[in-house]
Order: sequence, then C-alpha cells, then structure tokens
Amino acid sequence: MAHATATVDVMRPPAPAERGVDVYNLKLGMWVFLASEVMFFTALIGSYIVLRFGASPNPWAQPGKVLSIQITAFNTFLLICSSVSMVKAYASIADGNVKLMKVWLLVTILCGATFVGIQVYEYTHLIHHGFQPSGYREGSELAELAAANPVPYGAATAGLYGSTFFTMTGFHGFHVTCGVISMTYVFIRALRGKYSQQDHRGIEVIGLYWHFVDLVWIILFTIVYLI
Amino acid sequence: MSGIAAAAPAVHAHHDDRSFIRKYIFSTDHKIIGIQFLFVSLFFLFLGGLLAMQIRWQLGYPGRPMPGGGILPETMAPGGVILPEYYIQLVTMHGTFMVFFAIMPLLVGVFANYLIPLKIGAHDMAFPRINMWSFWSAFTGGLVMFASLFVPEGAARAGWTMYAPLSARHDLSGAGLGQELWSISIVLLGLSSILGSLNYITTIINNRTPGMTWFRLPLSVWALFITAILGLLALPVLSGAAIMLLFEQILGTHFFDPAAGGQVLLWQHLFWFFGHPEVYILILPAMGMVSDIVANGSRKPIFGYHSMVFALVGIGFLGWVVWGHHMFMSGMNPTLGSTFMVTTMIISVPSAIKVFNWMGTMWRGNLRFHVPMLNAIGFVAMFVIGGLSGVFMAATPVDMPIHDTYFIVAHIHYVLFGGSLFALFGAITFWYPNMFGKMMNERWGKIHFWLTMLFFNLTFFPMHILGMGGHMRRIYDPTQYNFLKPYQPMNTFITIAAFALFASQLIFALNFILSLRWGKKAPLNPWEDNGLEWTLPTPPPHGNWDRPPTVYRGPYEYSAPQVAEDYLPQAKKLPTDREPAAAPVAGH
Amino acid sequence: MSWWLPLQGSTFAPQIDGLFIAILIITGLAFVIVEAGLIWFVIKYRGRPGRKGHYTHGSAKAEVIWTAIPAVTVVALGLVSNHYWKEIKGRDSIPADAYPIGIHAKQFEWQVTYPGPDGQLGTADDFTVRNQLHVPVGRNIVVVLTSEDVVHSFWVPVLRVKQDAVPGMTIRAWFQATVPGEYELGCAELCGMGHYRMRARVFIHTPAEFTAWMQQQIQGGATS
Repeated sequence: MAHATATVDVMRPPAPAERGVDVYNLKLGMWVFLASEVMFFTALIGSYIVLRFGASPNPWAQPGKVLSIQITAFNTFLLICSSVSMVKAYASIADGNVKLMKVWLLVTILCGATFVGIQVYEYTHLIHHGFQPSGYREGSELAELAAANPVPYGAATAGLYGSTFFTMTGFHGFHVTCGVISMTYVFIRALRGKYSQQDHRGIEVIGLYWHFVDLVWIILFTIVYLI
Repeated sequence: MSGIAAAAPAVHAHHDDRSFIRKYIFSTDHKIIGIQFLFVSLFFLFLGGLLAMQIRWQLGYPGRPMPGGGILPETMAPGGVILPEYYIQLVTMHGTFMVFFAIMPLLVGVFANYLIPLKIGAHDMAFPRINMWSFWSAFTGGLVMFASLFVPEGAARAGWTMYAPLSARHDLSGAGLGQELWSISIVLLGLSSILGSLNYITTIINNRTPGMTWFRLPLSVWALFITAILGLLALPVLSGAAIMLLFEQILGTHFFDPAAGGQVLLWQHLFWFFGHPEVYILILPAMGMVSDIVANGSRKPIFGYHSMVFALVGIGFLGWVVWGHHMFMSGMNPTLGSTFMVTTMIISVPSAIKVFNWMGTMWRGNLRFHVPMLNAIGFVAMFVIGGLSGVFMAATPVDMPIHDTYFIVAHIHYVLFGGSLFALFGAITFWYPNMFGKMMNERWGKIHFWLTMLFFNLTFFPMHILGMGGHMRRIYDPTQYNFLKPYQPMNTFITIAAFALFASQLIFALNFILSLRWGKKAPLNPWEDNGLEWTLPTPPPHGNWDRPPTVYRGPYEYSAPQVAEDYLPQAKKLPTDREPAAAPVAGH
Repeated sequence: MSWWLPLQGSTFAPQIDGLFIAILIITGLAFVIVEAGLIWFVIKYRGRPGRKGHYTHGSAKAEVIWTAIPAVTVVALGLVSNHYWKEIKGRDSIPADAYPIGIHAKQFEWQVTYPGPDGQLGTADDFTVRNQLHVPVGRNIVVVLTSEDVVHSFWVPVLRVKQDAVPGMTIRAWFQATVPGEYELGCAELCGMGHYRMRARVFIHTPAEFTAWMQQQIQGGATS
C-alpha cells in the first residue's frame, strides 16, 4: 500500500463527527434498544393477557390472595423513588454538581438493589408457601387453600398464574439487576471523574433505561398484582 | 480511473499495532466482524446443505441405506438407513440452520456489517464493541445449536417452526436436551440480532458522511436499514416465545398446555408475529444488494429509486400485519383469515414494483454479464416465481389444499434459494475483491451460476407438482400413501437433481477458498462502481477513511452525460459540484 | 403419475380448482411477461463497447401503471377468494343439517366417531372406528375435530379439505363428497416421529351403501 505517509493513529475512536439527528449515538442507540425491549415485554404481557382472558370462565386468583400487595406496593414506591433520584442525579450533573450527582446515583443504586432484594425475598416466600411456575405445589399450604376455596384462589388457572407471574416479574427483576450493575459501573466511572457538566452522556443514557424499567414495573404491578 | 484517485482521500497508515487476537478474533472492526460472520455462516450453509441431502436421500430412496450413512450412530441411521426420529431432526435442523444461522447472518451479519459503514462513509459502526458482542453471541448460539446435534436424544424434533405442544413436551416428541438447546441457541441469536440491529440503525441515522442524504443512500443500505428495524422489533418476540418454550421444559410452566388452560395457538401467533417480518429480513437485504448490482451491471441509474425506497418501507410496515396467513388452517377465526388474506395480497404489490423497476433498470442499458450481474438476473427471474407462487397460498380457499404440502416447500425455496442465495452468490462475488483484495474466478463463477440455475429449477420446480398432488411436508416415507406412490419417480428425480445442485455448490466453495490464495489481485474499482467503498484500497484499512469522504450525488449515476466514462462515483467532485453543508439534510 | 390436481371429490373441489386455475392464468401471464422481458432485455441490451446506457431515473407514469395493475388484480383476487372462503370455512357456513362425525386425532391415529342411528354426537349410540372415515355422497358432513396431544391436520386430498386439529380446541369443518370410492386421509402437520404413517382410509359410499355399512356396524357392535 502506497500511503505510508499518513500518520493518523488507527486506534482512535471511530466516527467523531456525529450528525443526522440531533441526538448523540449512545442516546439514540438506547432509544432504539428500548424499542426492542418494548417488543420483548409486549410479547410477555400480551401472552399474559391472551391467556388470562382465554381462561375464562375459569376465574383468576383474586388480588392479594396469593401475592402480597403491601410488600410489593412498598417495592413499587421504592422503584418510583429511584426514578426520582435518577432525575435528581441527572439534574445535578447538568448543573455541574458532580458530588450531588454521585449521592443521588448512589441512592438510585441502593433503591434498585433493595427492590431486587425484596423481590428475591418475595419469591422465596411464595415458593415456600407452594406458589411456583407450574402452579400450586401439591401438598403445599397454597394447594390446600385453593382446594378449599377454588374461586378466590383461581384453582383452575393456577398453572397459568404461576407461569405468567414468574416469567414476567422474573424478567423484570433481571432487567432491574442489569440496571443496578450498569449503574454501579457508571458510579465507578463517576468516582473516577469521567462525568462533567459538559459530558455526562452515561448518566443520561442509563437514566433512560432506568425510567423504562420503572415504567414496565408500574404496568406489571397494575396488571399482575392489582387486577 | 484518474478521477477516483483524486477523489480518494488519504488513508490510514497500515501500521496496525493491535495484537492478532484483537485484530481477527475479538475484533471491533466492522469489516472483520462481517468476514467472521461470512466464514461461520458459510459453514452453516454447508451443514444445512448436508442435512438437506440426507432428507432427499430418504425421500428419493425410502428405507435404502444411505451411501456413507454407516458412520452415523445406531440412534440415527442404523446401517445407514435413516430412522423416522432422525428424519424429523433432519428437517428441523435443516430449516433452523438455513434460516437462522446461514441466510440471516449471511445477509445481515455479513453485509450489514461490512457494507453499511463503507457505503455511508463512516469509520466504523456506532458501537463497535456491541458489534463484536453481536458476533460472539450469534457464534455461541450457532455453537449451541451445532452441539445439539450430538446430545444423546439428538436435536430438536418439532420442525423449525417448533409448534407447541410437540416442541414443549419431550414425552410427545421423544426429544431430549436438544430441544432445550434449540431454545437457548435462539435466545442467543435473538440477542445478537438485536445488538446488531441497534448498531445498524444508529449508524445509518447518525454516521452518514457529509452529502450522504437519505435519498442518496444506496438501496442496499436502505434495505438493510428496514431489515434492521424489522429485526430489532421481531427478534425480541421470538426470544420471548423461545424463553416461554424453554420454561415449559425446565420449569414446568403451562403457556401452551391446554390441560392447564394454556393456549396452543399462542405459540403460533408469537412465532409467526416474528416469523413473517423474518421472511422479509431474509429477502430485503437481497433485494437491496441486487438493486446495486443490477444498476452496476446495466450501466444505468436504477429505475424509480424513490419508488424502490417506498416499496421497501411499505414492505417494512405491511410485514407486521400479515403473520396470520401462516395460520389459515390452524383453527384461527376465519374472519381473521379474511383480513390476513387482504393484507397479504397487498404486500405482493411492493414486491411487484421492485421486480418491474429492476426490469426498467435493464431496459435500454448496456448490460455487462459479470458473475454478480448474472446472479442478480437469476435472482429476479427466480424471485418472480417464488413471489407468484405466494399468491396461490395467499388466496385462502386455494391455500386449503396446498397448505403444508410440497407447494409451500417449493415456494420457500424459490424465495430463499432462488431469491436470497442467488443474491448472495452475486453479492459475495461482487464485494469479494473489497473484502480480500482478490478476484474470484470469473469462468468458474459462470459455470457455477449456470449449473446452479439448472439444477435449482430441476430440484424445486417439480415440488409444485408434488404439492398440487397433495404431498405433505415433513413426511418420512411418502410411499406409505397409495395416492403418493405414483409420485415416487418424481421424488427420485428431485433427489438426483438435488445431489447435482449440492455438487454444483462445491464449485462455489472451491472458488471462494482457492481465490483467497490464488485469486487475481483486485484492481481498485473492479466493477467500475459508484459506491464509496471502492474509493478505498482493497481491502480497506482499519477505520476506513482518514478523512470522511464527501458525497456529491446519488449512488446510481451510471452513463451520466457529464462524464466520458459510464459511471460517476458518489465521491467524485465535478467542477460543477458544490460542497454540501457540514451535516447532511437528514430527510427533514 | 398425475401432473395435475387430484380427482375432484367434493363440492368444494371445482370451486377451489377453478380459483387455482384462475390464479395460475394470472400469475402465468405475469411470469411470462417478466421472464420474456428479462430474456429480451438480456439479448437486446447486451453490452457493446463504446456504448453507454440510456440515462434515465425512471418514469412516474410507468410506476403508477405497474403499481396499479398488480394492486387491482390482487385486491380483486382477494375479494373472489373471500367469497369462497366464507362459504367453505366461515363459522356460520356450516349447514344446519350437516351430519356430524367426530374425529379425534392422537399420535398417530385417527379415532372416528359416528353418531349412530340418532344422528347426534355425544349420545349412547355413538361408535368409534379407528383410521376409517366413512361418509355418504351428496350429504353435508361436518367433522368435529379434536386432538389428544399435539397439533395434527386433517387432510383429504380428493375432498380438498384441510383443517388442523388442535389440542384444547374443537374445530368444525364441513364438506359434501361427490364421488364414491376409496381414498386416503393423511396428517399434514408434523406431529412427531410417526407423522408419516398417520394415515386413515376414506370410504365415500353411495347412500345405500352407507346405510348398509351403518347397519352392519350397529349390529356388529362398536368396534375400535
């Protein structure tokens, strides 16, 4: 090759000039990724709706019979708070207050981690009482209750209840866990001083993801626990 | 070629201090990733072909020991005689490998990765590291799928469409771990496609070079853009469905279990909601690349560029509302069937527009019959047959006798082999010099094209007749049925033609491999093409351009009156050209 | 070896085959136009040195023409098809007087239940025969399809009738046979390793024969 005269470093980051829409690559990429996530949760939630309506006239378990609404309501509150703290973190760095941003980011991480912790507790509790992906475990406390009160406990639809509940909330929990890990990564970068008033793309982008995960949870909480 | 040399910007130094592993294994360079996809998916293409040959042997010579089949274990083919349980693994894995690990990665993994940055004048993808993960995720998925062939009960057995509950219950299918591995592999592949798609979309929206406006994008890039949107939104649905299927097996869930209130048709709706966009994922990139090649080979601007783009966008939208046409006989509400029939009929219009525009492009051209052009014409000729045979199945009453028969097998192979694969042979030959700096052998390319064309039609055309006769798909031994016994000579004929078709592909394989070493060195712009990728040396260096090139015109300015040559590259500045604004007018 | 469609053994067959042939003519015309055009262009416009292609970016008029013609054609085809579709598969198309036959599909056999003398399914005089479908000509028949395990598909080529049997669903499909004789019924949906041998015999009787067969079954006791 006859162009040995060029001296540009081949390892420099590609595409410094970003143009097209007025959104930087990372943010655009996150939006595009979230579109894909919407389809994923639509598949799960859509299946839930189809199965639940398709199961009629067999009743679904009544809200609060199997799942604890109080504890999950607290969890929902926690997640909403974490969205607020995420907004606070973003607002702080936009104002140039790096220190405050770190505090709010840490609050967000802790809320997220607590959410996952409570969900793990909820799962162990449920499985202990006999609620599992295949339905009510034979011989368990729940199975006996359902046998005695088939309508409020949705005895005929227990299998679908378990299948959809664990799949939907499980994948949501997985997404929260991924969010907590990613935010921790962002937090470590923040400690190293990677973000400033001028460049805080990582904070904004992880924030987008986090708000999406919250939004999904509000939908799930409504349709799985409350209805 | 003096004009091009002037237009070509200075290129990076070739001192590349990355280690071998960073450069060729865990590379973030879109070109290397494209080439990695190329080698891996060509392997799966070959593997899928080998499985097809076994299927054909059993259909042509039911119950006779297969030559060389003695090496297969007793659980598959004792004494070389294929067992029914092995046969359904063969049809399942042939479909799976071809759709998910050969055609899809060949079109999207290879050419989206390789072409998008080169054709829009970007240094690389928007997210090179995510791009690398995309390859390794697909590779792992392929490895898992490949491994499933060797587990004790063998691979998945429910057809590539995995209809539940056969796919969900081992006691009904006789499958074992292979079935779970199928789901895991598909989830990994879905992840790969999503990561790839978000990269392609972001790159095309944001990283176009100055002057590369939306309506100066080559149709290949447009097609890959629409494909990426389809992939982005369709694959998560498949992943969700595959996860449910996996949970059905490992967690005992009841999504598809009617005994517990689950719904069998739910799987079919989820699968085909993904599956029909998938069909377009498997053909749109081929259409795009064929458009580039046909314009190049005709030495004429593409006919009706805008309607070609609108046709692609139209397919991209309509592709979401036609999935039910796979389920006309499934027991779905017949009124829904009517709706899906209408949408399906309408989606044939954009395809017709494309075919007529390709013909319009050739009209009054100055045709050069290089190997890519031959294959592109072959694509148009065969895609027409596949498209037209689709009309039969779109008409619901006619679908009733031909649904799930060899008619549909003929149809899908005319679209995917006659369509996508011919386009791929053309595209690989066309961009081979850019990838490897060598030319593939012209004469053997032509021999391969003509033999493939001949044996392809001898193999798949008679399948229409089998289908009209009522020959069901995926049956191990057609001679079980009296009404199919008269068709046995035709089955044997198809088998012989299929063997010849497979043998013809070895020519391509040898041409591909041997040209890497012994091919003629590629000149700078071997096809005298207008694309930006040919302003670079072959193969292009890491990072592509030192300074991004500037684009002055659309991609298909062949035989333009302003210049003496019959092509006018996008980056060539004529005295009359003005510099574009720093940012391109991004379609608004 | 027949290179054409199978015998027309039901009232649907002439309709469906007629539509098939209509589509064949339309698509055949399109096929000939495109392929002949391609061959003609390949010969006529083959490259010659020193020549350039005709520099044009297209023609709006041509685009309109070749968008409109296929669009009108396929929409018309859709309307015609829908007419037959409603007649064949529409939920309310099943004649009220149709004679019911229950078909229960399971790996890998067809259990065919006949209503007995009272003409009602689900009564005590029902009897079941494995892998044999007996129907009279000239009478509307409705098969009530169910499945034991996986998705199967009821497929009788001479009747042109195909309908999936889906576990958890009861699906009705009706037809009227027209030509007496012995035919075959196959499974058209992959249902496991025995899919290929999930075959049943189909007997289309004259009304007198059918009555005689029915008598014989009832007297001989239900066999399975």
